[in-house]
Parts: sequence; structure tokens; C-alpha cells
Amino acid sequence: MPADIKGLGDLPQQEKERLRQTGLEEDMTKRAGSYFQINQEVIQAGSQAEGIEVLPISEALEKYDELKEYYWKAVPKEKDKYTAYVARQKEPRGVFIRAREGAKTVLPLQACLYLAAERVQHVHNIIIAEKGAEVHLISGCASATHNVAGAHIGVTEFYVGEGAKITSTMIHSWGAKISVFPRSAAFIEKGGTFLSNYVCLQPVKKIEMYPTAFLRGEGAMARFSSIVMALPASTFDIGSRAILGEKGSSAELITRAITRGGNVISRGHVVGASDGTKGHIECRGLILGDGLIHAIPEIEGKVMGTELSHEAAVGKIAREEIEYLMARGLTEEESTATIIRGFLDVKIQGLPDVLQKQIDAAIDAAEKGF
Amino acid sequence: MLEIEDLHVEVGNKEILHDINLRIEKGETHVLMGPNGSGKSTLLMAIMGFSGPRVTKGLIVFKGKDITDMPVNERAKMGIGIMFQRPPTIAGLKLGKLLNVVKRGNDQTIEDYAKSLNMEALLNRDINRGFSGGEIKRSEVLQLIVQKPDFMLLDEPESGVDLENMALMGRSIAHLLEKDRHLVHREKGGLIITHTGYILDYLDADGGHVLIDGEIRCHGNPREILKVVKRSGYRECLKCPQI
Repeated sequence: MPADIKGLGDLPQQEKERLRQTGLEEDMTKRAGSYFQINQEVIQAGSQAEGIEVLPISEALEKYDELKEYYWKAVPKEKDKYTAYVARQKEPRGVFIRAREGAKTVLPLQACLYLAAERVQHVHNIIIAEKGAEVHLISGCASATHNVAGAHIGVTEFYVGEGAKITSTMIHSWGAKISVFPRSAAFIEKGGTFLSNYVCLQPVKKIEMYPTAFLRGEGAMARFSSIVMALPASTFDIGSRAILGEKGSSAELITRAITRGGNVISRGHVVGASDGTKGHIECRGLILGDGLIHAIPEIEGKVMGTELSHEAAVGKIAREEIEYLMARGLTEEESTATIIRGFLDVKIQGLPDVLQKQIDAAIDAAEKGF
Repeated sequence: MLEIEDLHVEVGNKEILHDINLRIEKGETHVLMGPNGSGKSTLLMAIMGFSGPRVTKGLIVFKGKDITDMPVNERAKMGIGIMFQRPPTIAGLKLGKLLNVVKRGNDQTIEDYAKSLNMEALLNRDINRGFSGGEIKRSEVLQLIVQKPDFMLLDEPESGVDLENMALMGRSIAHLLEKDRHLVHREKGGLIITHTGYILDYLDADGGHVLIDGEIRCHGNPREILKVVKRSGYRECLKCPQI
């Protein structure tokens, strides 16, 4: 990578446009902090927000001894060959974000992981919101426009303290030859909230992930929302899991999946292990090409006082809906696109407007392909 | 404006409508009555061109053009509009957004239209999701007001509407059909399915038809037909092709 690239602004126009579609801002006045990594090189890391640190993970490990308490605690090192690969690396890469007790960002923090050359990109991120803190993170992950083959392996550990809140919005824009293996988990303490949003409507070779939220305190809450479209030759094996371990904790796992010829396996698993817990899995799939949507929702109740449910529906667009709009003068193509746009429109409660707008924009950008 | 000649329609390989002949002139509104399951809604759907009913014989002519095989949206462009009895819910599509698409460059704001039907609160809701019976009807009328069709197919506009909103609906539909304009200037027309005839309290219809077992068995003055049906049931219409 050329040495003169100091930030997003220094990238060629075409690449900038690609990253913009993943919700990344060149104008840092709209972001509270930023981390930018190209391949394995950390280009930029810093935060302007009071009480919030953004550091390269290698620096944070040197600086803070207490980081050991978080490093490989939510995600086990030996979980699989991908976590083992990341753990083996002599020079760890990734971002460390910590919001000190009570610190809140109005503006989101952004993390950009960009794969430009033909190689493996690995990261290990630690995101901590201490008691009462609030962090909104948007991560854009993309690969260069020219067609490189490669893999991205990302471990992310989220720690949501008592009464704290972390929202993580990840928008992917990979290439057709890139495989992606995120490995994430979140510990959520008493009264904490964790919102995880994932959007990928662009080509990718394979994405495989199954993040877990451990609800470890009374009244903790987690919500996963995934919006994906599998183009031909794309495979998504995605899911999310919530372990409702403490009284009154709750989780909601929502997926909207479209196949235009690719494969989507949508997993979900909620374990109700404590009284007064509530969990719900919702998966809706639209088959618009000869692809596969395989929904595998699992609900596992371990105590009497848990309430778990799931609903899954997979099919094509109802003819009746298309004709309803055609009767208002829309062409068949316009009607279909309008219905698909609506299908993907998941409004996420508790997400700041600016991030909801980024999600909406990512869907709008994909709309011409509907 | 609308001519139907010798129309035969099948739904799922079963002939539902047999040899329908109907003619509605420019500026005229007709009502269509008949027992449940007689094929009234099927006729409206066939005129709009929906894929459920299949025309096996006969012609539908609108504004002098054969539209029998025309796609739904082209019929809409030619000026046919429909008020659904049970419209589908479309997840994620806001009523307001659809209205803005349907409006296509017309200056008046959607909010102004919505206000006239007490519908402002529903603009930001997914279309038809959790709408009450009356809200569905008002939403359908609102869509037609924005679409401005020349000829309207109205499937039971009064069903599920409470008394207070019935007046609002009745007046709005009368306005859509230009019943407030002088007869000679009236250009819009429609075909209304009604069971109760309440809609006739708000507008005069120019003709009535009774559909029984897929055939139009009687043409005549709508109020007369209604009176006879109320008194003696639809069987009476079989005896008398002209009331």
C-alpha cells in the first residue's frame, strides 16, 4: 500500500465511493472517532470524543495490562481454525474501543477494514462500554474494486457494562472472490443493551458467522438484525445466538434474506435459561432466483419462566401484491422492486437516526438490482 | 366508456361468469348486485385484468380499445382504477410512499389529500397492516383520489365502515365520480358492487344489474332493484329481467 495514504480521503475516487456505500464518512466532523486498516496496515486510529478511546489493538495491549481480562474472553481462542489462526498471529491487528464509565457519543465511531491485495486480512477487535456508557459503531468492510481473491477473518469481542449500550452496524461490500469469517460474541451485563445490525447486499463468495450474545445480567437485552441478498455464486451461512442467562433478559433475532440465485442458511438459536426471559426469532426469506434459503431457528427453553417463539416464512412475492401496485399504475418491475424494498425495510428500535439512514442508503444502493 | 361483450371467465378451470354483456357510458355510474358467490368480484377483477380470473371468450372494451389481454398497469394508465375489498398488506411499504409514487408529478401534497379523509396518521404505516375495516376503505379511496382514474371499480365500498365514516366515504366517492358536477359535464364513471345499497344514499346510480350464478339476470333502476331484493330476495329478479 502506498505510504501516502493517511486516511479515507487519500483513496482513489472509485474506492472511496465503494466505502461510502458501507456507511463510512470521509468527513470526520460527522464521526466521533475512526479506525482504518488496509490489508494488515493500520492507516488511522483516533477519537475526538471525551472518555472514548480508539487505538490499534497492538498499542492497547502494550498500554493496558487489564486488557487481558477481555482478550479472548467472550470468543474462545480455540473455537475453530479461524480463531486459532487469528490467535497465532505475532502482530495482532484490529481496533480497541473503550468508552469509560458514563461516556456517550452522539456521533458514531467508524471502523473501516479494507482488503486491497490478494491475501488474508485478520483483525481482532475489542469494544468495551463501561457502566452507563454508550457507543455506536459503524464498520464498513470492503474489498478493492479490482477483483482480488482473499479472506477476511475478524474476531470481535463486545463488552456491554451495567446499564451500558453498544450498537454495532456492519455493512459489507466484498467482491465475488472474497470469503469472510467474522467470529464475534458479546457479554451483556445488568440492564445493558446490545444491538447488532448486519447488511450485505453485494456479491461475496462466502460469509460464515454465528455471533453469540451472552446475557449475563438482569434485564439485559440483545437484538440482532440481518439483511442479506445472495447473488448467484454467493453463500451466506449466517446466524445469531442469544443465551438468556439472567432474570428478565431478552433477545430478538431478525433476518430478512433474499436469494437471486445464491444460497442463504439462516440460523438462530435462543436459550432461555432463566426466569422472566423472552426470546424471539423471526426469519423472512424471498426467493427471487433459483437459489436456496434454509431457515434453521432453534429455541431452547430450560426453565418454566421463559417465553420463546419463532416465526419463519420463505417464498416468492405474492402475485396479489404485485398486481395491487400494478392497479395503481406501477409497472410489474416497479411493483416488484417496491415490494422488495419494503421487505428489506427493517426499522431498528434504539438505533440512532444517522445509522438507520446508512442502512437505508445501503438498501437504496442495491435497489436498482432488484 | 366500458363495453363488455359475451364475456366468459374461468377461475381455476371452473367457469364463473357466463356470457356477460354490459355497457356503461361516459359519465355513468352503475351498481352491481347479487347474492354472495355469484361472481361480482370476479367480474371486477377481470375488468382490471388480474391474473386470478381467466377470460376464455368475449371482449372487454374501454374507451373504444380492446383491453381484454392488456396488463393491469396499462389498464390503470388508460384510466381504470379499483377499490379493493380486501387488499393485501405489503410489509415495509408506507401508505404515504405509495401515494407519492402514484401521484406522479401532481402538485398537491399527499398530506392535503390525506387530511380530507382523516388519514394523516396512517401515511406512515405499512399499507393495510393492522388497518381497521374502515381504514382500509378510506385508504383505498385516498389512493383513488390521488390516482384520478376516469373509471372506477368499487368493491363493496360500505362494508366495515362505521356510520360516521360512511358519510365521509360516500361524499368522497360521489366526488370521485363527479356526482357534484352537472350531468352534461360529468366524464367519470364507475361500477359499484353493493349489498346494502347504502352508497346510494350519497350518489345516484344511472343503472343497476343483478348477477346470479355468473349471469346478469336483470337490468334496471338500481333503487327499484334494491327495493325488490329487500322485499322478496334475489329469486324475484329471476322472474323479471327488467325492473
